[in-house]
Amino acid sequence: MNAPIIRLFVVFMVLFAGLVGATSWWTVVAADSARDNPKNQRDLFKSLEVRRGAITSAGGTELARSVEGPGDTFEREYGPEAEAVSHILGYYYPLGIGDAGTERFRADELSGESDDLDTLFEQIAGGTADVGDNVRTSLDLDAQRVAIQQLAGRKGSVVALEPDTGRVQVMASVPGYDPATLEDEDVFTDLSSDEENSPLINRATQSGYPPGSTFKVLTAAAALDSGRFTPDSVLDGSSPQTFSATPLSNFGGQSFGSVSLTQALTQSVNTVWAEVGVQLGEETMTEYMEDFGLFEQPPLDYPDTQLFTSGTYLDNELVKPTEQGQDLGRIAIGQAGLLVTPLQMAMITGTVANDGVLMEPRIAREITDRDGRTVDEVEPERVRRVMSEESANQLTAMMREVVRSGSGVAAALEGTNVAGKTGTAEIDIANNINQLWFVAFAPADDPETAIAVTVERAVGGQGGQVAAPIARAVLESLLD
Amino acid sequence: MTERNRELFALIPASLLVTAGFTAVFIQRDDAVSDVSLVYGAVFLALCLAVHIVLRFKLPNADPYLFPLVAVLACFGLVVIYRIDEDLAREQAQWFVVGLAAFAATVVGLGDHRRLERYRYVIALTGIVLLVLPRVPGIGQQVNGAYLGVQLGPVSFQPSELAKIAIVVFLASYLRDTRQMLVQGARRIGGVTLPPIKHLGPLLMVWGLAMLLLVFIRDLGSSLMFFGGFLALIYVATNRLSFAAIGLALFAGGTWFFASTVGHVQDRVATWRDPFDDRLYDQAGGSFQIAQSIFAQADGGLFGEGFGQSLLTTPDGTVLLPVAETDLIYAVITSEVGLFGAVALLCIYLLFVERGFKTALLATDSFSKLLATGLTAVFGLQVFVIVGGVTKLIPLTGVTLPFISYGGSSIVANFILLALLLLISERARAEAKGAR
Repeated sequence: MNAPIIRLFVVFMVLFAGLVGATSWWTVVAADSARDNPKNQRDLFKSLEVRRGAITSAGGTELARSVEGPGDTFEREYGPEAEAVSHILGYYYPLGIGDAGTERFRADELSGESDDLDTLFEQIAGGTADVGDNVRTSLDLDAQRVAIQQLAGRKGSVVALEPDTGRVQVMASVPGYDPATLEDEDVFTDLSSDEENSPLINRATQSGYPPGSTFKVLTAAAALDSGRFTPDSVLDGSSPQTFSATPLSNFGGQSFGSVSLTQALTQSVNTVWAEVGVQLGEETMTEYMEDFGLFEQPPLDYPDTQLFTSGTYLDNELVKPTEQGQDLGRIAIGQAGLLVTPLQMAMITGTVANDGVLMEPRIAREITDRDGRTVDEVEPERVRRVMSEESANQLTAMMREVVRSGSGVAAALEGTNVAGKTGTAEIDIANNINQLWFVAFAPADDPETAIAVTVERAVGGQGGQVAAPIARAVLESLLD
Repeated sequence: MTERNRELFALIPASLLVTAGFTAVFIQRDDAVSDVSLVYGAVFLALCLAVHIVLRFKLPNADPYLFPLVAVLACFGLVVIYRIDEDLAREQAQWFVVGLAAFAATVVGLGDHRRLERYRYVIALTGIVLLVLPRVPGIGQQVNGAYLGVQLGPVSFQPSELAKIAIVVFLASYLRDTRQMLVQGARRIGGVTLPPIKHLGPLLMVWGLAMLLLVFIRDLGSSLMFFGGFLALIYVATNRLSFAAIGLALFAGGTWFFASTVGHVQDRVATWRDPFDDRLYDQAGGSFQIAQSIFAQADGGLFGEGFGQSLLTTPDGTVLLPVAETDLIYAVITSEVGLFGAVALLCIYLLFVERGFKTALLATDSFSKLLATGLTAVFGLQVFVIVGGVTKLIPLTGVTLPFISYGGSSIVANFILLALLLLISERARAEAKGAR
């Protein structure tokens, strides 16, 4: 009977080899897919026992922090300042509605998962991080408050960037929400179903609006940098003129006769800039739009799902002017299917301010550990040179004229040169509803900040009257 | 070195392991080493020594490795249970004392395992009664759709653990008598060797019993274990692969039939095939267990999260890994000591199986050979059924991981199994020495 006993033992060795194989499968081979399974909430529950890092303003004010909760867990707490920066912060309620904003994008840093100490040794020792790192943003809390105050309950957004680094100094979106209240899921449900005000939407990054005349900055940049025009090029500013078989008028139907490009920007002459766009052609216009960052998601350190891609839209589809015949004249003046976020307008303005170089916008400035030591400095990243320094300087001079003597005088600051451009995009002509804009940077000769302001669906009013004063107040706070 | 001295030395690592294990759990829990860990180690060592002395006097020639291997498993299990629930660990430690008493009683009281042959029909009947007991109204308990437990007053136990020994004893004895006839009366029909019709009856009865277990007791795991042990015995007794193959085919056919017709078997198979299905995951007794078992093991990786680090409950106290101390204890182990730790554990089980078969090889009479083979086979199969279930190699069913899972019946039954193996080993090795 001995031979079959030995063979039986071989069978058992095979069976046990199967057990080793199955264990290896789940612990090594398929471990990642098991961890990523939506039903697997182990990491979530473990994360509750991690003291998540704080999110602070540039000045070090704590906007979000973790406090001890029931048992060994920690809970997220949002201070009184959080409401002013609600959209940048987002929220973090792992047992409830989930996370958004910086809380989501910087989850690894905040929960300590990006630590370099996560080595083989630590794996053997079985230790896991129980304290996360802090994220210091570049937000200027005072200017942020001024922006919200200035919007005064009107729906809209203000974005201010540091031109040479891309750091986000202000990112306001009104109406907002108090992150502390979202712990209650019913509050979240109410806010997300409020389509009238959509307070959970970050208008700065998620809302595409027709940019109106502020887009003439981009058209002018293309005109100058392509070498086809100079600030002194003279064009016909009469009104109306026909573009794409439809008459186009200047504001108030005013005819300007022959005007230079500088004058045309100062007075925001639609017919001139539409003609410039048509003369540049769809190739050149598309090229500059792409270079300024349109048609792709902005490289902001923010969740993908909360970023809108600016560009020309046809039936809710992103379609470049080169791909399909479009009304190039009206695109050049910021109409005709063009939808742009306030962040994108701030990036365009910042590029002009930064001598023609586009920088990646950044919310986070540095990551620090629990003792305040810098773990990671978030370095400025250059996207590309969009236009020559010379063209940028020429455009700056033209934009200075807008604030000095044109449609944007309301943004003028005492003792500081401001370069800017107004915008009033018609949304509903019958009911006189407009999207009001103002973009600017200051000081014009050595810019410290570039700003975009928009007020959503305003009844009556123009960008120069409504948006420019808001920009002025925020600039004043930032340059203080 | 004599057998017993080798055994004594082999017990030292087991004691060190239990001390180190408790120390690790204490460090994790209180950030301080309590001297309780040393107490546990000392008490455990004292118990082992007591058993060792019994063996030294009663079974001086028996296999020196079986008991130390069990000691390693038992102390490892105690540490893991302690980590899950201190109170359970205390109870489990008491069960070890009871188990060791049962062990000593078997060794001293039975003296010679061949005496069992005289009572084989009584033993067989007892085994069947034990199996059916959980289905008796009033005392039977249903756990997760399977009838596994019996509640008699304050005591609850799983009779299938003891039944597995009873049935192996009967089969070993029965096959010792009939194996010659099975081989000689065999006929080749259509290229397949079939056992004689006369002896087919009792064998079909065993098959029927396995099917009964499957449908009536709703216990696929035990069914697989018993029938697997039976096939192993048939094969060893007759040296006819075809007999085992026919049995396997019958079992597979029966299982397939019931899996496609009987609701709860159907569900078991469905949850096994697709544990992440929403409907199966949420339904009571559905795939939540196996899914959580997989998630816990995935956290283990190569080296594990460390003793006491695996997440068993959510922060608000809800159970995340159900029946962690019994059915899913292997998932806890993999999660905390990783692939390496789990494979080390499997190696210890495989070494036990190797010593068991070695005992069968050394035994000189047919009954001893078959008994050692059968006991070893059901032991090894039990490990395969539960570990295979937890790792989704086969459908998950509730059997215990021998010497590690929490549970009195399992501990006591497996210590009796160990005692029988050592009795067989003593006789075989003593004879071998005498012959020399």
